Amino acid sequence: MFFQDMTFELFMQHLTNGISLGSLYALIAIGYTMVYGILRLINFAHGEIFMMSLYFAFYGVAMFAMPWYVAFIVTIILTCLMGMLVERAAYKTLRDSPRITVMVSAIGASFFLQNLAVVLFGGRPKAFPTVGLFTDVLKIGTVSLQRLTLMIPIATMVFLWGLLYLVNKTKTGMAMRAVSKDHETARLMGVDVNRTITITFAVGSILAALGGIMWGMKFPQIQPTMGVMPGLKAFIAAVLGGIGNIHGAVIGGFLLGIGEILLVAFLPELTGYRDAFAFIMLIAILLLKPTGIMGEKISEKV
Amino acid sequence: MKRRNLALSIIAIALLLLFLIFADSSLDSYQKRILNLCAIYVILGLSMNLINGFTGLFSLGHAGFMAVGAYTTALLTMSPAIKEQTFYLEPIVAPLANLNMPFLPALLMAGILSAFVAFIIGAPVLRLKGDYLAIATLGFSEIIRIIFTNTQSITNGSLGLKSIPPHTNLWWSFGGAALTVIFMVFLIKSSYGKAFKAIREDEIAAESMGIGLFKHKMLSFVTGAFIAGVGGGLLGSLLGAINPNMFRFVLTFNVLLVIVLGGMGSITGTVISAFVVTSGLEYLRFLDETIDLGFIEIPGVAGLRMVVFALLLMMVVVFFRNGLMGTNEFSWDKLISFLKRKFPFKKEVGH
Repeated sequence: MFFQDMTFELFMQHLTNGISLGSLYALIAIGYTMVYGILRLINFAHGEIFMMSLYFAFYGVAMFAMPWYVAFIVTIILTCLMGMLVERAAYKTLRDSPRITVMVSAIGASFFLQNLAVVLFGGRPKAFPTVGLFTDVLKIGTVSLQRLTLMIPIATMVFLWGLLYLVNKTKTGMAMRAVSKDHETARLMGVDVNRTITITFAVGSILAALGGIMWGMKFPQIQPTMGVMPGLKAFIAAVLGGIGNIHGAVIGGFLLGIGEILLVAFLPELTGYRDAFAFIMLIAILLLKPTGIMGEKISEKV
Repeated sequence: MKRRNLALSIIAIALLLLFLIFADSSLDSYQKRILNLCAIYVILGLSMNLINGFTGLFSLGHAGFMAVGAYTTALLTMSPAIKEQTFYLEPIVAPLANLNMPFLPALLMAGILSAFVAFIIGAPVLRLKGDYLAIATLGFSEIIRIIFTNTQSITNGSLGLKSIPPHTNLWWSFGGAALTVIFMVFLIKSSYGKAFKAIREDEIAAESMGIGLFKHKMLSFVTGAFIAGVGGGLLGSLLGAINPNMFRFVLTFNVLLVIVLGGMGSITGTVISAFVVTSGLEYLRFLDETIDLGFIEIPGVAGLRMVVFALLLMMVVVFFRNGLMGTNEFSWDKLISFLKRKFPFKKEVGH
């Protein structure tokens, strides 16, 4: 039934596409999950930070004619600075405020960046530059793919390994884990809480920039509103996997990416509902297991 | 005291009526449109404040309810001939094609349908708390939008509905706003309102005092959705054209902005800030247009208005955390004692 007109090649093509989309969701989702873990805050501006990174890369390569590797490094640095700036401006002053105030500030920051991008870069879509090394088409047997499609999951795994090393093996990582458990206690133990939070935002933004650059090469059309949907979906991926948990964000990202692509591949008549898939998954997981796949059970203290 | 306050209230209402008569007859259509928008935002703001501010449920699904309301009103008030013109890609489904109602029942239907949607969504979602609730309601509102984009034969898909009969005028919008304010004042004073506030302050304490959490949350959610549906209907009829993309998250954000600036849990605050925010957005429009200073022309930058607006919002959130009114309400007694403190000589004149 399903497989009637689905050849093996086509299926492999969809699957690899799904895996690479999933990797991108995972990279963005980590940014959400780390910030949530440490501040209990949905960083709504994360999608916009991701969008900005695409514009930085675009201007680096297309306008300032930098070689792609220089442009990408500049992009990563700029995005990282921007993430820290957003934290400084929109969240730091509100550390002890009610949750809803911080959330409004987060949404405000996202709104601000989005409109700033319209003013600075114009509302019309731009074409992301192609880098031959990554975007050339590769043929494996009868399956033809962009090189990128294979590189994205591998690169993601490398970044992920680096991140896990940072979080689990270094002092900074230990501070992050301590702050995510309890701000006060961490402070008493001599952890500089504000610095740790800034580093968390920096790391999340670097991953968003890496995701953004790869996203731009895979889907080479950029516009100021493009951060919203990937941002929301990556957040859903984070919830799916259990928010606050890095492994969970990765699992959630892959599930969402692969699920979305395969849904459209097998049931083309549902293409219009592609974006709804993520939200349905979200609601399903919230109802069945609100703490997510990898989440720990949180007991409520009275 | 009581009598004085009543007299003052009657004077204030009379002044408002006089203003409306004046506005209706002598303001141009652009100014009327802004006033209409202000009043509709009062309705929308109050409906969201009931859920978020008074009951403490962090719901971000308002755009979805408004979409349901706007589409219901539009489809029920458009004449069969206009519907046939609008649905040129795919004809509208049979029962809707010839359905036509006056504005008031259409608005009520909009509210009822929206409340029904809220009831269905609320059953699973209201078990969640805090951020999870926020994200789940946001998800549902996006799902509603995506469904509306894809059901070509009911909502005309992404083409949207055009030439919606322009029923909304100052009387409808301000009448609706006034009714909503009165309803909210009585609701909040009632035992239900007290239960809502108790849930906002502390769920566990409220539950142990014998307040049915789920029932009251659902009640607040459904009532809020009803009002939001009516507000959406008024909005659709005012704008004359709607499409699913209007009901993105930005719309929810605008309403959230109104209630946060006004103060979560303050009816007065919402009313004031609905007017300030809506007219403020219009006044900032000059930023997008070219400014001619005679000797030099400053070219307008499209989108700058929203940048400035978002910046102002964040400054307000950062520096005035509780909004304009906090959880306080307006009363004549407070106003008079405030005036007496500010202008002490007036007291002597009065004696």
